[in-house]
Amino acid sequence: MWLNQFLLLGAVLFCIGVYGVLARRNGVMVLMSIELILNAVNINFIAFGAYHGTPIGQVFALFVIAVAAAEVGVGLAIVLLIYRNRSSIDLESANLLKG
Amino acid sequence: MVAQNIFFAIIALAMVASAVRVVTTKNILHAALYLVVVLAGVAAQFIITGAEFTGVTQVLVYIGAVIVLFLFGIMLTRARIGREEHVDGERRWIAGVVALMLFAVMTYALVDAFDTEALDARAVLEPQTTEMVSDAIFHDYLIPFEAVSFLLLAALIGAIVVARRE
Repeated sequence: MWLNQFLLLGAVLFCIGVYGVLARRNGVMVLMSIELILNAVNINFIAFGAYHGTPIGQVFALFVIAVAAAEVGVGLAIVLLIYRNRSSIDLESANLLKG
Repeated sequence: MVAQNIFFAIIALAMVASAVRVVTTKNILHAALYLVVVLAGVAAQFIITGAEFTGVTQVLVYIGAVIVLFLFGIMLTRARIGREEHVDGERRWIAGVVALMLFAVMTYALVDAFDTEALDARAVLEPQTTEMVSDAIFHDYLIPFEAVSFLLLAALIGAIVVARRE
């Protein structure tokens, strides 16, 4: 196995996630794309941990998993709040701060 | 090592195909279910590289908890179950160009930097055991671990406060 096959898989998932964040206008779907990005990062952590032969890659991947769980909890709460105030989770209609 | 490479290729193809469907499907429920395939694939890749504890945690936290949260979010925002035409923005092609350019830059940098670096066979055949991971967390990374637990508490309280009805 090569290190690069994992890193390139991570790069593909990351770019698909970036496309999703930019292209979607449904709030829940944007959060799903962010999950894709965080998983791409985790693949890189694990691959580098195995490459260097240390468990530290796994430790950081576990931290990323915990932070992602916190992120999705708060993110969905915010999306629910937007839905309650505007009866829609279309992010292009949430433009109150637009000048 | 050949068997690992074959499994890697099969799982990676399934993951990439499902990830593309996550960001292109018009049915929000299907997007959540395709996300399950991607997350399970990530867990399988962890196990291929010998990180079995992280792989199991991935299944427990992501497929067990995060996907359920997403399904609750879909239901609570009363999304149409079925095809929905207005889930994509108008300037999708700009997003596609940005993603493709980013991928080109990353591929060039990765191939340039890690062209012939083989994943150490010893590290894969003698995986970093759960014992070593727990030693690292509770010895060297104890303070970051406590910080993460505090972050989880803050996020829990914050989510309740934000989502609560007045």
